[in-house]
Amino acid sequence: MENRIILDSLYKSFGELQAVNNVSMTVEVGEILGFIGPNGSGKSTTMKMATGYLKADSGTSTICGVNMEINPKEAKKLIGYLPEGAPAYGEMTTIGFLNFIADIRGYYGKKRAIQIDKAVERARIKHVLHQQIDTLSKGYKRRVGLSQAIMHEPKILILDEPTDGLDPNQKHHVRELITEISKTTAIIVSTHILEEVDAVCSSVLLINKGNVVLNGSSSELRSKVESNNSIMIKIDPKHGEDLKRLLLTIPSISKIDVLNETESNVNINVYPKENRVILTEVAKIIADHKFPVKDIYQNHIALDEAFRKLTV
Amino acid sequence: MLGNIYIILKRETKGYFSTPLAYIFISIFCGLTAAFTFYLGAFLERGQADLFPFFESHPWLLVLLVPSISMRLWAEERKTGSIELLMTLPITTFEAVIGKYLAAWVMIAIALALTFPMWITVNILGNPDNGVVMSSYLGSWLLAGQFLAIGSALSAMTKNQVIAFVISTAACFLFVMSGVEAVTGAIEGLVPNYVISIFSSMSSLDHFYEFVKGVIDLRSLLFYLTSIIFWLLLNIIIINIKKAA
Repeated sequence: MENRIILDSLYKSFGELQAVNNVSMTVEVGEILGFIGPNGSGKSTTMKMATGYLKADSGTSTICGVNMEINPKEAKKLIGYLPEGAPAYGEMTTIGFLNFIADIRGYYGKKRAIQIDKAVERARIKHVLHQQIDTLSKGYKRRVGLSQAIMHEPKILILDEPTDGLDPNQKHHVRELITEISKTTAIIVSTHILEEVDAVCSSVLLINKGNVVLNGSSSELRSKVESNNSIMIKIDPKHGEDLKRLLLTIPSISKIDVLNETESNVNINVYPKENRVILTEVAKIIADHKFPVKDIYQNHIALDEAFRKLTV
Repeated sequence: MLGNIYIILKRETKGYFSTPLAYIFISIFCGLTAAFTFYLGAFLERGQADLFPFFESHPWLLVLLVPSISMRLWAEERKTGSIELLMTLPITTFEAVIGKYLAAWVMIAIALALTFPMWITVNILGNPDNGVVMSSYLGSWLLAGQFLAIGSALSAMTKNQVIAFVISTAACFLFVMSGVEAVTGAIEGLVPNYVISIFSSMSSLDHFYEFVKGVIDLRSLLFYLTSIIFWLLLNIIIINIKKAA
């Protein structure tokens, strides 16, 4: 059996709006794909099609070799899904809800108790088991939803904004949990918190207005921004020209900008080719010629900035 | 398949009884049927040992009370988003629709069963034909089942429970009224006679009165069963269409 989820050329429109426009992805067991994009970019719609809640206009979702449209019941058995907002039956208690899920997942007897216990343990919801779900805080509701999604230890796990509304401790815990189960699971996690992508994801898929903008790693995402890994040097203007001339001898430099010239300071921005790290070469030139630099730092572009540049 | 239907049924039933919904519905139903029987039906003054005044009120009460149950069946799932959870679990739309429907129908059966003091009363006061009472109960339950199927299907179209309630009540009312002479009389002459006879043969009220008379007519039984199946099929289709929309 293949241990992967394959979404192949999914399309979905709502009336005039093309919500999802040719989105494809493959996630293997052991991988965590960070599915990012602005609100309304089609993340949730894609996940709804992947899990069989919505029917795609065209394209397929294949779960461990099982086609979602042809054999939905089998495909759904292999998937764990936390929908956006972690909906549950609010009038039930946590344990009542988990019992229902265990029934649907076909567990009975000893195995049933074990699976429920494990899910409760992993989601850390032991002390709210007998509370009505409607009365739980947002964070606990999310965790109840998470425990529901992982109870049957699915090969494929799809989480729609699992950390939305959690406090920093809870976020940390959920990320730990995701990392832990990723060893045996292929995970797609949507988020608009970009630190999460760096924290847990092995790859990134960025969509905007239904179109895939980038499919790769978070460093590839960063590399889409020119100023990534550029080096800023602050120096006395009288050394500016000399420094610039010498720096231009470094082969991996693409260009140099001189900014903010005042009487006493000039900022020299050194841009590398293809986002290479050029700090060593730059530092060597400065050291060899004893340039009296006042400040030097490398621009490590925040994902936020890359995200904005690619989606605005 | 039966397993999943039973699991859904069990969950729904627990849901009814863990909120005030079931208790309020059952109390109101029992209270109103009793009030109608004694005041409007003049149960005691008639001096007859039967439950006709009791069952006579049922169609009119059920027209209002059944949609108040059915309105939440799917509209609430849509509103809270739990439908997304339910429909991504390994169950079919058929199993979900039937399970939810049966749970509500069972609750109505419980409400009907809890009107048993009426039956005891009439047995103390005289010697009623208990066969007629039983067939009347069956008729009432089937009528409620039909309304419930209508309401369930219409509830699947919206996430607004009030809209679901209003259109379901109107639809059920139409099925009751189609047998009333004032209605058939009003359209007489406007449309061919066979249309009128089809129209009045669709009357839930006429078929209900067969049961109240003590006649378990196969045609009436089939009328309710096919009607229930029709509306539940429509319910499944509506949910599947919404999935593609």
